[in-house]
Amino acid sequence: MESLTVEQKNITWFKACNIGDIPENGGACVKYKDRQIAIFNFTRRDKWFATQNLCPHRFQMALSFGMIGEKKGEPKVACPFHKKTFSLETGKCMDDEQYVIKTYPVKAEEGAIFIGIEF
Amino acid sequence: MVGHKFCEKLLAKDSRQEFQITVFGEESRRAYDRVHLTEYFSGKSAEDLSLAAHNWYESNNINLYLEDAVIEIDKFKRKIKSAKGKEFTYDYLVLATGSAPFVPTVPGTDKYGVFVYRTIDDLELITSYAYKAKKAAVIGGGLLGLEAAKAMIDLDLETHVVEFAPRLMPRQLDESGSEFLKFKLEHLGIHVHLNKNTSAISGKEKVEELEFKDNSRLEVDMVVISTGIKPRDELAKECGLRLGPRGGIIVNNRLQTADPCIYAIGECALFEGKVYGLVAPGYEMADVVASQLTGTDKEFSDFDMSTKLKLLGVDVASFGDALAMENECKTVVFEDRVWGIYKRLNVSTDGKYLLGGILVGDASSYNTLLQTYKNGILLPKNPEDILMKSGTSGGKTNEGCGISALPDAAMICSCEGVSKGAICSTVKEYGIADLEGVKKITKAGTGCGGCVPMVKDIINETLRELGKKVKTVICEHFEYNRQELFDLIKVHGIKTFDEVLDTFGKGAGCEVCKPAMASILASAWNDSILKQPTIQDTNDRFLANIQKGGSYSVVPRVAGGEITPDKLIVIGQVAKKYNLYCKITGGQRIDMFGAHLHQLPYIWEELIEAGFESGHAYGKSIRTVKSCVGSSWCRYGLHDSVGFAIEIENRYKGLRSPHKLKSAVSGCVRECAEAQSKDFGLIATEKGWNLFVCGNGGTKPQHAQLLASDVDEKECLKMIDRFLMFYIKTAEPLMRTATWLNKLEGGMDYLKDVIVNDSLGIGEKLEQEMQLLIDTYQCEWKEVVNSPELRKRFTHFINSDEPDPTIQFKEERGQKFPEDWNIAVAS
Repeated sequence: MESLTVEQKNITWFKACNIGDIPENGGACVKYKDRQIAIFNFTRRDKWFATQNLCPHRFQMALSFGMIGEKKGEPKVACPFHKKTFSLETGKCMDDEQYVIKTYPVKAEEGAIFIGIEF
Repeated sequence: MVGHKFCEKLLAKDSRQEFQITVFGEESRRAYDRVHLTEYFSGKSAEDLSLAAHNWYESNNINLYLEDAVIEIDKFKRKIKSAKGKEFTYDYLVLATGSAPFVPTVPGTDKYGVFVYRTIDDLELITSYAYKAKKAAVIGGGLLGLEAAKAMIDLDLETHVVEFAPRLMPRQLDESGSEFLKFKLEHLGIHVHLNKNTSAISGKEKVEELEFKDNSRLEVDMVVISTGIKPRDELAKECGLRLGPRGGIIVNNRLQTADPCIYAIGECALFEGKVYGLVAPGYEMADVVASQLTGTDKEFSDFDMSTKLKLLGVDVASFGDALAMENECKTVVFEDRVWGIYKRLNVSTDGKYLLGGILVGDASSYNTLLQTYKNGILLPKNPEDILMKSGTSGGKTNEGCGISALPDAAMICSCEGVSKGAICSTVKEYGIADLEGVKKITKAGTGCGGCVPMVKDIINETLRELGKKVKTVICEHFEYNRQELFDLIKVHGIKTFDEVLDTFGKGAGCEVCKPAMASILASAWNDSILKQPTIQDTNDRFLANIQKGGSYSVVPRVAGGEITPDKLIVIGQVAKKYNLYCKITGGQRIDMFGAHLHQLPYIWEELIEAGFESGHAYGKSIRTVKSCVGSSWCRYGLHDSVGFAIEIENRYKGLRSPHKLKSAVSGCVRECAEAQSKDFGLIATEKGWNLFVCGNGGTKPQHAQLLASDVDEKECLKMIDRFLMFYIKTAEPLMRTATWLNKLEGGMDYLKDVIVNDSLGIGEKLEQEMQLLIDTYQCEWKEVVNSPELRKRFTHFINSDEPDPTIQFKEERGQKFPEDWNIAVAS
């Protein structure tokens, strides 16, 4: 319990958008200060994910427009540029070990999407 | 190299970490790759050639002393002393001192400009001297000498090779082989002098001339001596170990010297009267000693000295008993003087077994032949068949000597000692299905790389044995191929991806099946792709091609390449207003680059207002129908190619297909529109049109083939309707028409039968299906521009109106360009 409260203290929940703003089984990009964050509405699993929008392969702000899907049960997003795929859970690139993207905690409450930003 | 390999092997085998390793090296560098030394001249750095990272020794707890040679061995106290005065005791001592170049006793070898070719230091000396030189001679036409000659060519020097023997590579090649190689080398600008016994290297201080026994001379500025190697056995000699009469530390089959605690491996060792001057036997020796020390009783035995190498792009290989005498064997010889290919096989007198052979100019069958020889595989009835076939490439196996004929014990990678069995079991037990994975686990193919094609073939063969790849399925979410899914979707009247997935698939889909289904659904019903934006491929989601840097490009349709001045002006105005880079495309239209996502609806609004419509440059769909000027203007033109091109382009515009489709119409046989390189193309004849299909440019260009000749325009359209629909329904995802035809059983004859003769009786149905698509065409951009709801999608952020701030442009030649890929600097 102790650790849980500490963790919660360190996260600020930022209201990113309304649930209806993100297409079903797709993504969109939100701006938070100078960051670009990709939010994914994984409707088929009734889950939300958030990651950095930048694809580390060729440094393109593009992941939010990528197709989402799964590989052997692991949810993933494919970058629209060269189809590098990243796990939405761990951020690890699934076809090239050297890349990893940041993932953010997400929650849907009262019709809105909140993204957890750590301090 | 061999000393380093020994460290690697001992670390790997010493599971109980009983050994503490200390390495002394005379050179200032860590162990490096001497096999690829010449690459130093073609741009590789000393660091690139290193065999281990600088922290490798430390992280493996190895003490490394560089620039500090061992100068004294005390066998009795088991002690060594180094040049810098360090003293160490040892339990075991491994001598991997290698060899030094053998320099013949000829006057003048001490002159400036005379070099040997062995270490990186030698190369540095050669390089710095070469600046002042124009002509270089390499003394020695053996394997190393020719490597050195390649280096001279890389240094832009006029290069001469001087060989004492009557042929090049005398240990590996016979006279004909040498003759073919000489011809090839001379073609590359290397002057080859055979039968030349150098008597002196003359010059005042620096070398100016080579003098030969036959009184001839050769003017040169520098000389590289590469006449062989002599084992570095000084140290062994001094401490009283037994040496061979011409040098080399004598070892037994455990590689022990006269003192059982001292081993010798690599080029300094003399085993059964032979010094092994190649890397593979050296590695094997390292493995033997590491095994001995860790308690496995492995022995060294006579090692196969077969070699394959590429000298200045020329394949040279020799294996087994390459130089067998005529009376000891029967020979099969193949000579092709047009392409400079020479092959010789030595076959046992009973014709059953391969004893050895030589390949010059084309060594693609080397691996197969080597294995046939090594494993004593029975030869096919006509051994010459093996020579005529091109080895193992493309997964084809030769009768009697293919991959499947090899026993599991066959050594495939001799650098790393990996057998066929080891590769097969990696595939079978670990479920590894690709080369990279097999390399990682077995290390096969990581040395010289020569066995890579063979490793690939073994992987594929094993997969085939396992019954893999029997069926091509779209991806892990669908157990069907595209054609089956197309039929299922049609028959069941399915309209959405979710429905297909629920009915015929499993899981959540992926970036492979989503766009494949999107394409099928569009080809089946022609519903707007805007209805399911998240299953569309990148470019289809925003109806524009995403370009480097994150901006988009805009291509309006210009059917047949015909455009009015007014429309040109509109394109100019729009491009100017939104600051877009303009380029004429290969398909006779204009591409405008550099638009921000949010600008797209505004740009298209203006274009549509002026009468343009989407060019579908973003889709896997019909792109353009290119045309030549045709009979209206051209004095050679037979028919109106522009008019017909426009009609065709408008007929099929918006048609979605497994891959992009390109077309062209030429008004006469001169073929200015290049119709024969298109998915479908037309060329005017006196009597009508010739229809060609299934051509494409791209990575593997292929000419289109004639489907029908002298047909009228109506008949043409009917054929094209059928052809396109048949392709759309039966091709795999992302398969162009050329590949589709190549894989179509029965090929062009079958296609003609189906399309022209309607042998399947589906002609009318195909036409009807096409007519449905033509009748339901709509311009996607018009739909977006007119819908406030759809327009909202075109924004980078959903919580801000600003464009993506990371998109940046620079200016060149008066237009804007995206900034270069922002690649992170990774070590």
